[in-house]
Amino acid sequence: MTFSPQLEEIFAKMLQQYPEGRTRSAVVPMLIYAQDEVGSVNRELIEEVARRCKVTPLQVDEVVGYYSMLHRKPMGKYHVQVCTNISCLLVGGEELYESAKKKLGIGHKQVTADGQFSLEEVECMGACSWAPAVEINYDFHHFVTPEKLNQLIDSLKRAQ
Amino acid sequence: MAELVKLNINGREIQAEKGALLIEVARQNGIEVPAFCYHEDYTLQAACRMCLVEIEKTPKLQVGCTTPVAEGMVVHTESDVVKKARKGTLEFLLTNHPLDCPVCDKGGECELQDMVFRYGAGESRFVERKHHVDEKQWSPVVFFDAPRCILCYRCVRACNEGMGVGALGIGNRGVISEIVPNQGDHLECDECGACIDICPVGALTSGSYRYQTRPWEMDHVGTICTHCADGCKTTLGVRVDKIVRGNNRDRSGINNEFLCVKGRYAFDFVEHPERLQSPMLKTAKGHEPISWSKAISLIANKFGETVLAGGKFGVVGSNHTTNEENFFLAKFAREGLGTKNIDHHRTGDLATFFDALSGKPDSLASSGDLYNVKAVLVVGSDLAQQHPFLSFQIRANFRHHNAHVYAVTSGPVREDNQAIASVRVQKGGELAGVESQRDKLKAEVNLVIVFGDAIQGDALRKLVAFGDSLGIPVKYVCLVDYSNSRGAFDMGVLPRDGGLSREQVLAAADLDVLWVVGANPLKNAALASKKAFVVVQDLFLSETAQQADIVLPAASAYEKSGTVTNVCGEVQKLKAAAKVMGTKTDLEIFGLLAKEMGLNLGIWLPDKVFEEIRKTVHGYNVPLPIVATGGAAPTMPLNGRVAALPGSIASANDTLFTSGSLSKYSNVLNAVMESPGKLYGGEGK
Ligand code: SF4
Ligand code: SF4
Ligand code: SF4
Ligand code: FES
Repeated sequence: MTFSPQLEEIFAKMLQQYPEGRTRSAVVPMLIYAQDEVGSVNRELIEEVARRCKVTPLQVDEVVGYYSMLHRKPMGKYHVQVCTNISCLLVGGEELYESAKKKLGIGHKQVTADGQFSLEEVECMGACSWAPAVEINYDFHHFVTPEKLNQLIDSLKRAQ
Repeated sequence: MAELVKLNINGREIQAEKGALLIEVARQNGIEVPAFCYHEDYTLQAACRMCLVEIEKTPKLQVGCTTPVAEGMVVHTESDVVKKARKGTLEFLLTNHPLDCPVCDKGGECELQDMVFRYGAGESRFVERKHHVDEKQWSPVVFFDAPRCILCYRCVRACNEGMGVGALGIGNRGVISEIVPNQGDHLECDECGACIDICPVGALTSGSYRYQTRPWEMDHVGTICTHCADGCKTTLGVRVDKIVRGNNRDRSGINNEFLCVKGRYAFDFVEHPERLQSPMLKTAKGHEPISWSKAISLIANKFGETVLAGGKFGVVGSNHTTNEENFFLAKFAREGLGTKNIDHHRTGDLATFFDALSGKPDSLASSGDLYNVKAVLVVGSDLAQQHPFLSFQIRANFRHHNAHVYAVTSGPVREDNQAIASVRVQKGGELAGVESQRDKLKAEVNLVIVFGDAIQGDALRKLVAFGDSLGIPVKYVCLVDYSNSRGAFDMGVLPRDGGLSREQVLAAADLDVLWVVGANPLKNAALASKKAFVVVQDLFLSETAQQADIVLPAASAYEKSGTVTNVCGEVQKLKAAAKVMGTKTDLEIFGLLAKEMGLNLGIWLPDKVFEEIRKTVHGYNVPLPIVATGGAAPTMPLNGRVAALPGSIASANDTLFTSGSLSKYSNVLNAVMESPGKLYGGEGK
């Protein structure tokens, strides 16, 4: 399996960052980058990362099972992540998540039929000062209310 | 000498090596710190929190299994706060643990049960539903019951580090974490069962043992595995004369906890329905059962007549029978029948080996040497397939002592993963491969060379000369195939002084009697003599037995006492675990035949014969207490010139899942799906 030249370059650099015999440490970053390009962590990717980091596929699989931001199935084009951890919860994170469920008609780690949106209830994203927070792909949105989130989703729909 | 520190545990002043683990220091001083995840052979995990101890001036309880001792440390391992913490840990471990001890295989020998009994966690504050997952079967021998798992990672480490297989991992996280097999829903691995035995609870269970018995209803009989030549101690669990499990959890014997699939599971041939249970006579209608007394008298008459007539005998001995049996058979042939035509299937060139080593008394490597030596050179053998225990020893040496491993083989081997040099050679090119490592080997402190049947005759002499030329202490292991291949050689089941080899006997058109004991020489060869009277002693109606005039049902190694000698020349004792109706041990058969023929070959009790062996067989004057108490007593090399022998030498190249003709009768070995060799193909993983 090969990746885009840009990604290959990143990986080549990445593998040099670790001391000899510690390429295992590159499993997580490699998976994160590759997931964005491939769309999900499929079997082929697991085996490829195992080969490059010199571990068994099972050891990569363990990592994929552990980290919730690694997905075995492709998520939507817009992956909506709503935090319901303490700080967000205190200022309406739960309600925000519930309204997102209604708006999109999907639940945790599900994808809309058209593949445009997916939803995930996530733990702390380090944005407590601006709670409640939502992350869509890699963009943060602060002090989000259900109304704001609805507008955001509508604008994304229109943008298509 | 490492730097020492003084510390205090439970009010006792203790000295210990700086940096040693607290849990080990406590243990060495007779203070037990309970632990689930800690295992001295494998990497530290600190996952279970059972080993919490109180260290003064440290604000929180610390894990004893990863805390190094330091000067002035004051430790309490049984204070109230520690006990309370342990109780709390247990309460957590029991959150989702089912209360099925009454039917769990581990009940009665479960570490969790013992700990709860000791520290109590009789009440639980959890009111939530228990998280339940159904039991899974991963292979014919490995079952997994996730709710019982306490996530100590022992199985994962044993498989990764101990076995070098890495077939187990952890899936998911938190409360739904689960051990997962490498193939998603099943295992592809060595099927050794190490993960099952190392599991402190009943989460991993064994296909052959599960729901068979309660542990306290068994007798535990420590004996030696009858499959390959490595000589692992296997403790057979016997319930009413039936062997229900094999393990070595008491870590007696040379193999510590190690056993491969054969030692742990392949005892089931003992009660295979095709076991012979009565002597049989060949008639026009095929083989018909006859009584023991009739069979013995028929054979004795025929043997006697042939001796009187000066006829030609051929005797083929076994790689699986005891030293006592081999010794007695050799004596029977030479003194009783007056023949030198005695041989067995030789699987390593021991004659040249001992000859080349004459004058070098310290040149035989013990199985322990493989664990302690600084460097190991493996030549022409896939140890993980053919000598699983030796392979395990080398891995352990690599893990614990950073041993330098060299592999000179024709294909990828598991040792490649530890090797500082893997040399691939064509078959026959091994010596050149060894030579290529000369400079590196010369710089080693000491070395053990392990070699297979590719190295024989001249090549073997050259290899020993190579070892001599390195200028460092070198020891050797000459690989042979089966549980007592070494003993058969040492006891003289050999065509010495001009006797006919196995092949020559089969090819002799004027052979009068062929006597085969626990061997199958006619599997791939024909008997030239049409008139030969054939007597076979065996467990099963082998290809050879099918052609026999009289077949005698023999007891297997698990049904007899006596001693065997492993590939490293270590003598160990067999202990009878089971009985199969109608069979006799080969020694008893020899004795009865001798008596019937009026021969005086001495008493045929194993202990008496062993005394004679100790007195008369070179190198076997081993300390009796070691052998009697189940230890492994090293023999000395023959030390003296050894004459060359006629006949061929070839390993049967068994795999991890075969063992000569015996494996055919093990349902477990036939049931596992790993095709021999496949696991180690490709990139040597
Ligand atoms: S049976 Fe042996 S090889 Fe297979 S998973 Fe268990 S420990 Fe690993
Ligand atoms: S299966 Fe057994 S050995 Fe493996 S992690 Fe669970 S409790 Fe520990
Ligand atoms: S390594 Fe050999 S002696 Fe040890 S258990 Fe396996 S077959 Fe038996
Ligand atoms: S034994 Fe120390 S944490 Fe498990």
